[in-house]
Amino acid sequence: MMNLFVLQLLNGVQLGVLLFLIAAGLTLVFGIMDVINLAHGVLYMVGAYLIATFAAATGSFWWGFLLMLPAAVLVGLILEFVVMRRLYARSHLDQVLATFGLVMIATEAVKIIWGTAPLSVPMPDVFSGSIPLMGPLKYPVYRIAIIVAGLAVGLGLFVMVNYTRVGMLLRAGATNRSTVSALGVDINRLFAVVFTLGAVLACLAGALVAPILSVDTGMGESVLILTFVVVVIGGIGSVKGAFLGALLVAVVDTVGGVFGPIWLREIMDPAAAGQTGRVLAPMLVYILMAVILSVKPAGLFGRTA
Amino acid sequence: MNHKSRLLASTVLAMGLTAPAIAQDVPAGASDDVLKIGLVYTLSGPPAALGEQARDGFLLAAEKIGELGGMKTEIIIVDDEGKPDLAAQKANELVLRDNVDFVVGPIFSNILMAIVQPVTSTGTVLISTNAGTSTLAGEACNPNFYTTSYQNDQNHEVMGAYAQAQGYNNVFLMTPNYQAGKDSQAGFKNSYKGGTAGEIYTELGQLDFSSELAQIAAFQPDAVFTFMPGGMGVNLVKQYSQAGLSGIPFLSAFTVDETTLPATQDAAVGMLGGANWAPDMDNAANKEFVDGYIAKYGAVPGTYAMQAYDAAQLINSAVAKVGGDLTDRAALHAAIKEADFDSPRGDFSFGKNNFPIQDFYLVEAVKREDGMYGTSVKEKIFDDYVDNYADQCKM
Repeated sequence: MMNLFVLQLLNGVQLGVLLFLIAAGLTLVFGIMDVINLAHGVLYMVGAYLIATFAAATGSFWWGFLLMLPAAVLVGLILEFVVMRRLYARSHLDQVLATFGLVMIATEAVKIIWGTAPLSVPMPDVFSGSIPLMGPLKYPVYRIAIIVAGLAVGLGLFVMVNYTRVGMLLRAGATNRSTVSALGVDINRLFAVVFTLGAVLACLAGALVAPILSVDTGMGESVLILTFVVVVIGGIGSVKGAFLGALLVAVVDTVGGVFGPIWLREIMDPAAAGQTGRVLAPMLVYILMAVILSVKPAGLFGRTA
Repeated sequence: MNHKSRLLASTVLAMGLTAPAIAQDVPAGASDDVLKIGLVYTLSGPPAALGEQARDGFLLAAEKIGELGGMKTEIIIVDDEGKPDLAAQKANELVLRDNVDFVVGPIFSNILMAIVQPVTSTGTVLISTNAGTSTLAGEACNPNFYTTSYQNDQNHEVMGAYAQAQGYNNVFLMTPNYQAGKDSQAGFKNSYKGGTAGEIYTELGQLDFSSELAQIAAFQPDAVFTFMPGGMGVNLVKQYSQAGLSGIPFLSAFTVDETTLPATQDAAVGMLGGANWAPDMDNAANKEFVDGYIAKYGAVPGTYAMQAYDAAQLINSAVAKVGGDLTDRAALHAAIKEADFDSPRGDFSFGKNNFPIQDFYLVEAVKREDGMYGTSVKEKIFDDYVDNYADQCKM
């Protein structure tokens, strides 16, 4: 049982790191620009499709990865310029409608360009094995690489937000947008930077999971809801909150998903226990959210207006 | 209403009343001198690879034979898109508009259940080349329905029998949480009497199996049994080998086969499955089929292709036996029942429920000498195996 717990903890951290990459962008866009972007999950999907395309064209995961990054920047800039820019002054309802439309357009576009058959991305040879943990337990190297990469990006973001000028503007923007713009900061440029940064992080998350999952059109929607939970738990606009929230949500989700059915199996038949466990696991996340919000209504690191 | 329109209306009415009565016995297209065959397969969406294999297998045989049964042959291919309602509509069109003599297909059981009535109620012969639901093998068996594949439970029973023979006492069962997944575990347990380390049902369409693999790693079972068709199987197999679990035998049905091996490649090598055939079986008919398929399509055929190939051979043999006279339905059915053709799988005959009586094997995924991946026969598990539902068939 201990072995299983350790493995699930690692799985939880791995999922948490991915959720963090997606949630960081979402929380910044929402916190600083006050835009609800339902299409954020689409960027995660696009990242996976980009790396799948580039990796297939060049025959190498690494080239695919390197080419994916500038392409992701381009996707972010184009989306900001064509769609997002027009939504800043609109109401939240308009933003939800427009970005939801974007989800449908993007999903169909992906189907037209890449087809409905799932794509797969080759795993880099260096990371394809597994390393022994304890006893007979092994853990895939690639998942450890995801954890390391995610933590490195998290550290980079932490430094950027806390010790650079852009970071200072981001923090200021999240706290009081109108004052920042009154102080003569080019708010449009700041918004473009924030949105593109978020887009690249989401694409990065998609590219990182591509070798372990198959790349398909539904992948964006499956993570979006959990990401919103992360943002709410962490506090809107807080990168630190997104990090802690993501780890918390992911660990509760994965550990609960396995141990729930195991405990339930004592009292139910396996099919029912498996199903109930799967229903209970995501509920745990929302219960966690409710508890945290009842103690801290603005989330762990959110500022009350 | 004037005279003319009244006449027209009564004619239409009369036709409507009499048409089904005729159709009970001899389908409309039986008397012309063209042999029309409709293929119904899933040719779009994620499972399209299975339908494409079946279509290609059928066309390969049709091309090799030329005129099936010595008649001018016309093949109409339709895509059911994996949707039962659409499949029923297209099957109706094949039977009522195109007047086909045979309908061949589909891949999935839910599609089969949707088209079996529209096709067979007109007297048209339906030959399933993959799906073989228990109802059609048992109490709802149908004289106009044949299958060249298997009854759905059988491949799972093969794996259960193998696990039993190996003396396993601690097998971890994992299948998707839907009807076929539950049938799979039940089929496995039909022939496996040992204990289980866990019986897990995953969400249908789940792609990340890290939680389940963690449980397998923690429990260290004697073996894992799974049924994960399509993309789920590809992901599971890849993640299984990445997690370093390759030391635990991986038993599966419809998971490691020629449709998923191009995607999983080395990750699947050594994994075991149950099947009624493998491309490396040593007989002349199989060699001709496999070599022909690889030469034409550049890929290793799977059971989907083989079973469709046999459907074409079956139609050819039956139509030739009746000399192209499709109006004598009793003679035609007798000719089909004889199954007088050389199947790549070797022994093949029809049981009383029109399901095959055939051998089943343990197969293993291997890298072939030509560099491609395929399954390979390891040992015979069942000889001349009859499905468990045949006794319930009153026909």
